[in-house]
Amino acid sequence: MREVDVGIITEKVKTLCMEANFDLGKDVLDAFKKVKAEEESPTAREILGQLEENASIARQERLGICQDTGIAVVFVELGQDVHLVGGDLKRAINEGVRGGYQEGYLRKSLCHPFTRANTGDNTPAVIHVEVVPGDKVKLIVAPKGGGSENMSRVTMLTPAVGKKGIVEYVVQRVKESGGFPCPPTIVGVGIGGTFEETALLAKKALLRPIGSKNPDPELNSLEREILEKVNRLGIGPQGLGGRTTSLAVHINMMPCHIASLPLAVNIQCHAHRHKEVVI
Amino acid sequence: MSEPIRMETPLSDEDVERVKIGDRVLITGALYTGRDAAHKRLIDLIERGEELPFDIKGQIIYYVGPTPARPGRPAGSAGPTSSYRMDPYSPKLMERGLKGMIGKGMRSQDVIDAMRKFKAIYMAAVGGAGALIARRIKKSEIIAYEDLGPEAIRRLEVEDFPAIVVNDIWGNDLYGEGVRRYERT
Repeated sequence: MREVDVGIITEKVKTLCMEANFDLGKDVLDAFKKVKAEEESPTAREILGQLEENASIARQERLGICQDTGIAVVFVELGQDVHLVGGDLKRAINEGVRGGYQEGYLRKSLCHPFTRANTGDNTPAVIHVEVVPGDKVKLIVAPKGGGSENMSRVTMLTPAVGKKGIVEYVVQRVKESGGFPCPPTIVGVGIGGTFEETALLAKKALLRPIGSKNPDPELNSLEREILEKVNRLGIGPQGLGGRTTSLAVHINMMPCHIASLPLAVNIQCHAHRHKEVVI
Repeated sequence: MSEPIRMETPLSDEDVERVKIGDRVLITGALYTGRDAAHKRLIDLIERGEELPFDIKGQIIYYVGPTPARPGRPAGSAGPTSSYRMDPYSPKLMERGLKGMIGKGMRSQDVIDAMRKFKAIYMAAVGGAGALIARRIKKSEIIAYEDLGPEAIRRLEVEDFPAIVVNDIWGNDLYGEGVRRYERT
């Protein structure tokens, strides 16, 4: 049994909140570069150029890539041979979020659902804990903006619609979302499981690096098929027209009930922020 | 793509007449910020027949709720928010002389019709380019509704603020036309 003090988790979460918001991943920047070279729309090229410049300013000046610095989604992969000491895990994570959003001059974007009164410190975070083999703790902080989250959906399809029905639903969702989720987007898709599990599958799919292959060949080809269809919609960067509506489609799948076909589409804006650390 | 068109606020009829959808513009001068809550208060003032907290004639409202500014800086990250939430309020402000709006995403037909009627334009700033936009803000002061926090009305002084004309005074809409141009069926 390895002891890990939750104070370390607070410190790491704090740093990850700031780094995720200031430093856009290399996979996203590489994707901007690639699609900019292929774009036919001058407006789209101009927008993609601004996004590249924006990312570089945000990193240099330690400014939020976007002013919507998101709700903090925190994934914890907790090794079963770890004994957490020094306090409550959830409290430690929220303490880290509070500190990171304060110190990093990040916007506090959480409020009471009815009164809309701001919670003041961007807590509570959304926390997903999974117990895994080993004696390490992996933390992933993925701040999620409101615009793209608002365009996401979970649905329970009729099994008879099959793969074709899944493709149609995802493409239709992206089409109806238009410019609202701040394209170019990354589309996370969850297939199977249950109502709540499929949503989590979709969210986790977003964390895979852009440009990486899905290890399942069937899903890999499905991802390519959906991406091609989505990019024929013409929505383009910011919805102002162009070839680049999405940078990637990522799918996670698991078996489901014989009566069901759960499907989740989690749309991620181009400010695709996530950072991780292993303790 | 053609060279950007430079504009200085306050805008005149001639200024908005010389731009069309798809034009890139660089704005210098004052922008007033406002989101949902501030708009609601402005409309309440108009309905009560009271004065607005700033002279709206020829001005541009920018839909933004910035991150807090670091000490010594005029502004934090300051990209646009979705404009549709302001649709119920915008026509009344254009009637009072508002000449421009900056945000992201489509506007309602009512707003597009009002732009035609009152000669005003809607421009998109790039959503998620908050750090880049922050650099173009030279000064920021809260002029009304400080209690609204990030939603307070601020007067920003900007230099070469980049935007794209989405709705012009002739009723055109870049969201519709841009997508039609690149759609493949």
